[in-house]
Amino acid sequence: MILNTMLFDKKYEFKTLNEVMAKANEEKSGDMLAGLAAESAEERVAAKAVLSKITLEELRNNPAVPYEEDEVTRIIQDSVNEKIYQELKDWTVEEFREWILDENTTGEQIKRASRGITSEMVAAVTKLMSNLDLVYGAKKIRISAHCNTTIGKEGTLSFRLQPNHPTDDPDGIVASIMEGLSYGAGDAVIGLNPVDDSTESVVRVLKKFDEVKKKYEIPTQICVLAHVTTQMEAIRQGAPTDLVFQSIAGSEKGNTAFGISGDLIEEARQLALRQGTASGPNVMYFETGQGAELSSNAHLGVDQLTMEARCYGFARKYEPYLVNTVVGFIGPEYLYDSKQVIRAGLEDHFMGKLSGIPMGCDACYTNHMKADQNDVESLAILLAEAGCNFFIGVPHGDDVMLNYQSLGYHEAPALRQLLGLKPIEEFDEWLQKMDFVDANGKLKAKAGDASTLLV
Amino acid sequence: MVNETELKSLIENILQDMVGKQEQQPEQVQEEVVAQATAEATTTASTTCTVASDACLPDITKVDVKTELLVDEPYDQEGYLQMKQKTPARIGVGRAGARFKTATSVRFRADHAAAQDAVFSYVDEDFVKKNGFTAVETMCANKDEYITRPDFGRQFSEEMKQEIKAACGTPQVQIVIGDGLSSAAVEANIEDILPAIKQGLQMHNINVDNVLFVKHCRVPAMDVIGEVTNSDVVCLLIGERPGLVTAESMSAYIAYKPTVDMPEARRTVISNIHSGGTTPVEAGAHIADLIKKMLDKKASGLDLK
Repeated sequence: MILNTMLFDKKYEFKTLNEVMAKANEEKSGDMLAGLAAESAEERVAAKAVLSKITLEELRNNPAVPYEEDEVTRIIQDSVNEKIYQELKDWTVEEFREWILDENTTGEQIKRASRGITSEMVAAVTKLMSNLDLVYGAKKIRISAHCNTTIGKEGTLSFRLQPNHPTDDPDGIVASIMEGLSYGAGDAVIGLNPVDDSTESVVRVLKKFDEVKKKYEIPTQICVLAHVTTQMEAIRQGAPTDLVFQSIAGSEKGNTAFGISGDLIEEARQLALRQGTASGPNVMYFETGQGAELSSNAHLGVDQLTMEARCYGFARKYEPYLVNTVVGFIGPEYLYDSKQVIRAGLEDHFMGKLSGIPMGCDACYTNHMKADQNDVESLAILLAEAGCNFFIGVPHGDDVMLNYQSLGYHEAPALRQLLGLKPIEEFDEWLQKMDFVDANGKLKAKAGDASTLLV
Repeated sequence: MVNETELKSLIENILQDMVGKQEQQPEQVQEEVVAQATAEATTTASTTCTVASDACLPDITKVDVKTELLVDEPYDQEGYLQMKQKTPARIGVGRAGARFKTATSVRFRADHAAAQDAVFSYVDEDFVKKNGFTAVETMCANKDEYITRPDFGRQFSEEMKQEIKAACGTPQVQIVIGDGLSSAAVEANIEDILPAIKQGLQMHNINVDNVLFVKHCRVPAMDVIGEVTNSDVVCLLIGERPGLVTAESMSAYIAYKPTVDMPEARRTVISNIHSGGTTPVEAGAHIADLIKKMLDKKASGLDLK
């Protein structure tokens, strides 16, 4: 394994593969905060040059966190299809990148390859991709999954309807749901971030969701994004649950900080399969975001992009229906400005697909970050073009509970019209039945009038 | 602006000037006339506009979004307005095609601007002086370093620690104000919350002397202050990360004998303090009671329960 290179007549010597991986990243404030980032623009390029010549086998044999010390590493390594890995292991990262981009390489071939690689390989190739590469590569890969409906089919773009409310008021939540439905949001899931994480409150909201879903006969999924243990208790008490949610991390230590382990996630999945309300087989919903491990001091000297890739390697084992990066939520100490958020959004989406999971994105920002609504609209157009499965939609882009901004409900029809995309088929039929859109996806007079659902 | 009569007379004047240019085609003449009239009108307009500038558009941020329904011919207006009463979310906003209406998008940007300004601006130095606070600052060199280096925002230089020690001594209760992520929250709430806390504590014969103001303050800065002053209780009033609904929300973090690197669970937190949430006066009284309880039980956070 060669970790040294000359660049502009200067010799760069890297001590470990983790150092090469970290320094090969595009500039991120989180890597700087962790003291892992390249110290100059030239050192960054030197690291990329070294990384391009590393083989996939070297990446397999040098996981970011040792196998013996970390459950996430074990889950990733143990899930590798050894036969496929044998075919790929001699490739350098450079060759892997160019194979993905080759016009003769199909999405199906990439999906097969994804079963033979580790998250470190996914991260490594991403570090050598430009923004357009990330869109171009991701566009080839379609990962679909089925809960009550099928998400991720070619030509579709879905939205999670996020009807958050500062006090979990049921009528206020339903008001936001009705508004979102009238714009065509909600085919991915109707999912609430609760203020009150108690089982009692979660059960109450789930029952309300189920009532709304049945009343209007909406072909979709419902979920309340409390802690996984709270949702499990809610299911045991008979609450109707289609999807079980949890935030996940790329290290065992990070998952411990979230109060979870692989076994707990599997237990939740089995419970949802046996006692949940969904058809399945995909009943899990995960959220991630670059920097989460560093924020809980669980990054173990590993850069945030590699940690993020490892989240997807962990997620894959539990066959999720939805995974999304909450890319701009974490704050400027991890992703400084709109440039870094847009880059991270494109990286995460590409890495999710290359890991074989049905990937979406919460294109968002906080108010202490140098970004605004224009920036997340730009990211959304790029990701929709890249074939992103779904986005998050909130009323007019303003989440009144989490106090951050994401895409608005309006973005659902706007992006679909712009790029010729459709909602999930059954949901599209429902929108037409309700007279919100016509067969071509054009908004009808009732669209955006939530009071038409007051019957 | 130039009104129709003025424009008409302008054109007449120009036409008179042009008599004699018979060799030109009528169409050309007309074109030239219009061009000249427009040019003159523009010149005139700038002076006319100054005269009209007394008029002023209403403040869009004063519109109560909860009662404003912008959907064209809603199916059930009454019902829609009732829905809007149940949530601060921006619903019933209508649309321009598949995009937002101009009014709601400008309002959204106004609220975002207020939030950003609250983060990136400083608490007025006169405000700190007027209230007699002792001003100190953490290791951050500027706002940019503050938002990207949380580790610097919780540390003080040795000289700064000496200043804190000299100004505060060892009070039983040390009140600290931090700018945090909203200078607007400090300026909006402090003058109401502080007298309420002081009054509440006085009822238990607890005096609050020197109040510290910390620039570039993160929550764990209070732990350093706890160690330096050796106070029994430290109460930090700090600006929260602003949302679009309000940029003026403040939190109180209170701990019994805080120490650097102590578990977060040892802090008692009261959040959402602003005129539309828990009012500062209400919160102040509650905080005073909590401090008294901490002093009695010698504990805070989860240990207090």
